[in-house]
Amino acid sequence: MLSIQNLHVSIGGKPIIKGLSLDLPRGEVHAVMGPNGAGKSTLSYTLAGREGYEVTAGSATLDGEDLLALPADQRAAKGLFLSFQYPLEIPGVPALTFVRTALNAQRKAQGLDEIGAPEFLKRVRAAAAELKMDFDMLRRGLNVGFSGGEKKRMEILQAVMLSPSLLILDEADSGLDIDALRIVSEGVNAMRSADRSMLVITHYQRLLDHIKPDRVHVLAAGRIVASGGPELALELEREGYDKYGVKEAA
Amino acid sequence: MSLASALRTRDLAELPGRRDEDWRWTDLRGLIRALPPESPPVAQAAENPVLAGLDGARVLYISGRLIEGDPVRMSALGEGTAIRRFVSASEGTAHHLDAPVEVEAGGSLTLIDSFEGQAGGYLASASGAIRLGEGASVERIVILDEPEDAVSVARFDVALSPGARFSQTVLASGAKRQRIETHLHHPGAGASVRLDGAYLLGGGRHSDQTTVVVHTGAGGETAQLCKGVVADRARAVFQGRILVEAGADGTDARMGHHGLILSDRAEIDAKPELLIHADDVACAHGNTVGALDAEAIFYARSRGLPEAAAKALLTLAFVGEVTARIAHDGARAMAEAWVEARLGGLL
Repeated sequence: MLSIQNLHVSIGGKPIIKGLSLDLPRGEVHAVMGPNGAGKSTLSYTLAGREGYEVTAGSATLDGEDLLALPADQRAAKGLFLSFQYPLEIPGVPALTFVRTALNAQRKAQGLDEIGAPEFLKRVRAAAAELKMDFDMLRRGLNVGFSGGEKKRMEILQAVMLSPSLLILDEADSGLDIDALRIVSEGVNAMRSADRSMLVITHYQRLLDHIKPDRVHVLAAGRIVASGGPELALELEREGYDKYGVKEAA
Repeated sequence: MSLASALRTRDLAELPGRRDEDWRWTDLRGLIRALPPESPPVAQAAENPVLAGLDGARVLYISGRLIEGDPVRMSALGEGTAIRRFVSASEGTAHHLDAPVEVEAGGSLTLIDSFEGQAGGYLASASGAIRLGEGASVERIVILDEPEDAVSVARFDVALSPGARFSQTVLASGAKRQRIETHLHHPGAGASVRLDGAYLLGGGRHSDQTTVVVHTGAGGETAQLCKGVVADRARAVFQGRILVEAGADGTDARMGHHGLILSDRAEIDAKPELLIHADDVACAHGNTVGALDAEAIFYARSRGLPEAAAKALLTLAFVGEVTARIAHDGARAMAEAWVEARLGGLL
């Protein structure tokens, strides 16, 4: 379903991704691991359609459709969801309003009717309970005054509500303590299904103790330099990224 | 020197212009080359749907004349809402109006002032003293909703007694030239003031919110928040002055002005001033002018909001901080609806 071929991406004229290829079949969970500066966030932002990320060569398709030709919001409506490493705070927009507006914008783009308030509240209450989030928090400005763990849970809550076919998690474990990591991971695992793919982008192996990938790819200096089963993550944890010709940043 | 005195004396030299420090961004002298004839009497005005959902005593002024209701006066310990409409009804004419408000000790008033044009190209001037007795409270919402080719200038002088509370929210959509001045005498002595504003300007519109607060006694509080959005070639002016006189010790005064510029050709001129001659005061001001946060736009778009919807949501949230401070439920709902409708026309 997600197919990336020979992707080259520059930021401000500087090449960051240099010939990256990756196939993520439907229903599978793949991890992309790499040291700092390897291009992990560039990959996630490029797929999500952030401006300023210039694709100089290659392609990325979702279910055969050219992702790179679409603006960010249309990629979302096609089923792509990026969970941000650093979710933004949006003062003045209650989290509930934001999620409902996003959901209805996607439904509209998909030719569906808007979801009514009662049905929406029912679903969002259930999702918040699963993620052990205080429902009253969702009446506050989105992510305003949220802890790092609460922001990450808010990302997963949005993913649950928007039900994407491709979920990209960018450093989903950063800033989380053990309890929050467990709750976020459980939320992600509950979303695993035969018609949803996940790309788990992470620096550390510890997230993969909780979210077990089908395959692991090593991203170094802008390309995939090794791919393998879950054991590859453990090997990286033991041996570091040295053998792929990169020095770990201090 | 004012539009009011120019209309009264029929002397163009009475118009303030760019050489007057307080008027340099709202030049009337350079704009008005001839004074139009005085507005004729008009007896009726079409209803304003914006005000339809509000209950209260109705006062209607048309082209400088009181047509319906009485000047607003709230008796001691009385409580209620007054809705005043200032309608300019005749094309290419001029008028001045004085509309005072008196709230006696302990009285409580919600005051909705709506400035409307039902014709274009007029010069409208308004003034009014607003007096609050001891412990009285007033929440005032002013909506300036006028045609793009009108000139409208208003000056209100607010005087508070000890223990009184005055809250104001001005919502402006601009005109050819539009200015509202609020001059407030603050006695301290437990009196408190909220002086807010929002502007939503597009096309070639101009709007100026000027406030002068003079703290004369100890222990007074002033909170001020003005936010707004300019698009196209519009120009917003915010001039806020807080003067804390000698002896007004312990004054707590906070002023914030924050503007969003949606187009390269739009402009915001802001002059926040704090002049402090007393001791032991807590005074602060903040002033920012900028564009919408590109990261926030991307975040919203990544969740499926089209660009225009993402910008509308963020802009509404930005201005919404001002309307959220309105305490009266019905007035707040009206203000929010008005802002949303106005923003819809800008984005």
